[in-house]
Amino acid sequence: MGNVSSGQFKTGMKVMIDGDPCNMVEVEFVKPGKGQAFTRVRLRNLMTGRIWERTFKSNESAETADVMDRDMEYLYSDGEMWHFMEPSTFEQYAADEKAVADCSQWLKEGDKVMITLFNDNPIAVTPPNFVELEVTETDPGLKGDTAQGGSKPATLSTGAVVRVPLFINQGEVLKIDTRTGEYVSRA
Amino acid sequence: MNRNQWQPTAEILTLRERASMLAAVRAFFAERGVMEVDTHCLSQAAVCDPFIDSLDVLFSSQPGADEQRYYLQSSPEYAMKRLLAADSGPIYQLAKAFRNGEIGRLHNPEFTMLEWYRPRFSAEQLMDEVQDLVTAVLGSQHWERLSYRNLFKRFVGLDPHQASIEELKALLAPHVECSFSDDRKDTWLELVMSHLIEPKLIEPMLVFDFPASQAALAEVVEDDQGVLVASRFELYAGGMELANGYQELRDPSEQAERLERDDGVRESLGLPRRPLETRLVSALESGIPACAGVALGFDRLLMIKVGASNIKEVIPFGFERC
Repeated sequence: MGNVSSGQFKTGMKVMIDGDPCNMVEVEFVKPGKGQAFTRVRLRNLMTGRIWERTFKSNESAETADVMDRDMEYLYSDGEMWHFMEPSTFEQYAADEKAVADCSQWLKEGDKVMITLFNDNPIAVTPPNFVELEVTETDPGLKGDTAQGGSKPATLSTGAVVRVPLFINQGEVLKIDTRTGEYVSRA
Repeated sequence: MNRNQWQPTAEILTLRERASMLAAVRAFFAERGVMEVDTHCLSQAAVCDPFIDSLDVLFSSQPGADEQRYYLQSSPEYAMKRLLAADSGPIYQLAKAFRNGEIGRLHNPEFTMLEWYRPRFSAEQLMDEVQDLVTAVLGSQHWERLSYRNLFKRFVGLDPHQASIEELKALLAPHVECSFSDDRKDTWLELVMSHLIEPKLIEPMLVFDFPASQAALAEVVEDDQGVLVASRFELYAGGMELANGYQELRDPSEQAERLERDDGVRESLGLPRRPLETRLVSALESGIPACAGVALGFDRLLMIKVGASNIKEVIPFGFERC
C-alpha cells in the first residue's frame, strides 16, 4: 500500500497507525495565520475500537491500510466462526467472535450485512440499521393495552432480548433498530 | 468539475448579510476619514512568511510569448505599506487574498481580508478601533484583553516564555497525540494555542505581546518582566483567530534581515523559495510614519454574525464549487 500525506487526509480514509488499521472519523485543517499547518484527526482503531485524536504536521504522512467495506450475505454460524458470502462472486469469508462482536445478536441467515476486510480478513461486521426478527419467547400479550405504554422483555430468534410493548405476542415478527437495540414496530 | 454542483454554497439570505456587512465596514471607515484603496492581486514578489505559500500565475505579453511568473497576494500588506511610505495617510482595503494549500472548515484558498493602517496609532489604540469595528458589526459583547503570557497562564497554567518544549508537549499529551518531533518551540506553542486555547475563546479576546520569535513584521520590545516580545496582537472570537495586528516595523535593515531570515527558514525546511519583496525595504528606507496595522478575516467575522460553522456557508461559491 502507498503513503498518503497529511494534506490529503479525508474523513473515512483508512490508514495504518502503530500497526493497526484505523479509520479517520474526522479531519480538521488547523492553521494559525502565521504558524505551521497541522491536520488534526479523530481516529478509530478498527481492531480495538479505540477512538482518539492525533495531530499531524504538514509534511507527515501515513501508510494507507488495505481496508474495505463489502456487502455480504450471512450464511450460518458453526458455533465458532460466522460465515458470510459475497453474493456476486460467491466467495465465502469466516469471521471470528472478535470481528462479529455484538453484531451476532442481529444476524439472521440470508440477511445482508457489511463486512470490513483488512488484508482480506473480516475484522468487523455491521448489521443493517433495521432487522426483522421473530419473537420466540415473551409473556402473553395484553389485549386493549395498546395505548397504555409500558413494556416487557421479549427474546428474539437470534437470542437478542429487547423491550417490546405489552401487546406483542410470541411468533410475531418485529422491526428492530440495531443501532439502539430498540423495538420500532411490528414488521 | 461536477455540473450538478452549480448552486452557491451560501444561502442568499447570508449573502444579504454579507452585502450589508461590507457596507457597514465602508461606512465605519468613511466616518473616520480612512481612505479605501484597492491594490494589486498580482505581484512580482511573494510573501516571505515560511508558513504561507503563495499561488502563482504566468503572464505573457501575448499568447505563446515568454512567460513571467507573478504571485497572487497572500495579503495586501506590502502594497499598503508602500502606499504609507508615499504619504497616503490612513488607509483600508477589503482585499481578496490567496493562500495555497489552505482549505478546511475555517479556510478557503481565496478569501476576503479587511486590512487597515493607522499612522501615529499605537497597537493599543488600534486594538480599541478593532473593538469598535467588530462592535459596529456584531453588536456589543463581553470583551477582554490579555497578554500572551497571561492567556497561557489562565488556560493552561504556565508561562509560555519560560516553558520548555517538554512542558508544552506534556500539556498536549492528554488531549492529542503528536508523534512527530520538532525542535522549534513555536510549533509547540502554536499547537497549544490552536488545540487547547483557541477553541475556548468564544467571546472576543484581544491577545497582545506575542513571543518575539513570532513577530513577523511587528516591532520587538521588552515587556514589564524584561522579556523580549513582539508588539503584535490577535483577536480571537467564536473559537477562531479573527485578526492579527502589529506595531509596524519601520527599520529597513531589520526588515531586510527578517526577509533573509524567513528565506533561510524556507531553505532549511525545504519549502519553495520565492522572490523577496525588496521594494518594501526601499519604502522603509524612504521613511514610513510610525503606524499600527491589522488584518481581519472578513469571512470569519461574517461566520460569527450568521452563526455559520463552515466558511463556505458565507462565501457565494466555496472552493469545491468555484
